[in-house]
Amino acid sequence: MSDAVSALQGATHEGFVTVAEAGLVGMLSIRCDLTSKTLLKALKAHGFPKPEPRQIVEAESGALAWMSPDELLLICDHAQAAQLARTLSEALEKTHALIGNVSDARALFRIQGAKSDQVIMKLCPADIAALPTGEMRRTRLAQVPAAFWRSGPNEISLICFRSVASYVMGLLEISARPGSELFETASPSS
Amino acid sequence: MLTLTCPCCGITAEETEFAPGGEAHLKRFGPDSSDADFEGYLFARKNPKGVHFERWRHAYGCGKWFLAARCTATLEVFGTYAAQTHKPPADLIKKIKAKRPEWEPQA
Ligand SMILES: [Zn+2]
Repeated sequence: MSDAVSALQGATHEGFVTVAEAGLVGMLSIRCDLTSKTLLKALKAHGFPKPEPRQIVEAESGALAWMSPDELLLICDHAQAAQLARTLSEALEKTHALIGNVSDARALFRIQGAKSDQVIMKLCPADIAALPTGEMRRTRLAQVPAAFWRSGPNEISLICFRSVASYVMGLLEISARPGSELFETASPSS
Repeated sequence: MLTLTCPCCGITAEETEFAPGGEAHLKRFGPDSSDADFEGYLFARKNPKGVHFERWRHAYGCGKWFLAARCTATLEVFGTYAAQTHKPPADLIKKIKAKRPEWEPQA
């Protein structure tokens, strides 16, 4: 088998914050009735509680995010994604469910620095200042769909489709250029 | 600016995060209907100044369809509700009547 490579192979830009493509990441798309006991049991076996609407929860084997009323996204090691997809598919064999290994169809970015919020604020219509930790926010980043969450004290992680990864990197790089900060402090209120 | 709250995921966002789907609560006329009914179903749409019921999709968010009642003149949104609703909910009608006493819901 050929070697897996991420969309931008870890490209990084230094602006007033650091913008980096995160390299290979495993992602499974789970479509199912989210109240299904079989699903909840299968998730629990991997250490994941039932995610509430818009919530992203971290566990040892990765993170699990609520994406829509019938969709979850499981983020894990790229090397473990295929096996995890098989295990979950087997557990949900008799349930109306679909597990898709979308690892190579997506790209993950990390925006790191005290003013990370400002990079995103300029690009999307969401209220970033009001975004709580533990929430997966799906929205529009300029002209493409994206989803992001607060993955650390000064870090935002952002997912987009692989096909638009270089477009998104262009947006983030320009938005993070020194001198283009929106405010001196990390957020308008601080 | 039009600000909508998606009843499927609870997010409140401005309209560019959504995609409009035209008038809500259309009755479908298919095979065996009269030509006039079929034409009406395909082409005739309300275009009120004031209270209007519409379909919207949270296109950049959770991806789900929902219905919304809003004022076309002021962009005030009276409420949003599930796409699986055949007619505007009674409590929403009551809320609109309280704000727009002259408005009459159409059958
Ligand atoms: Zn939604």
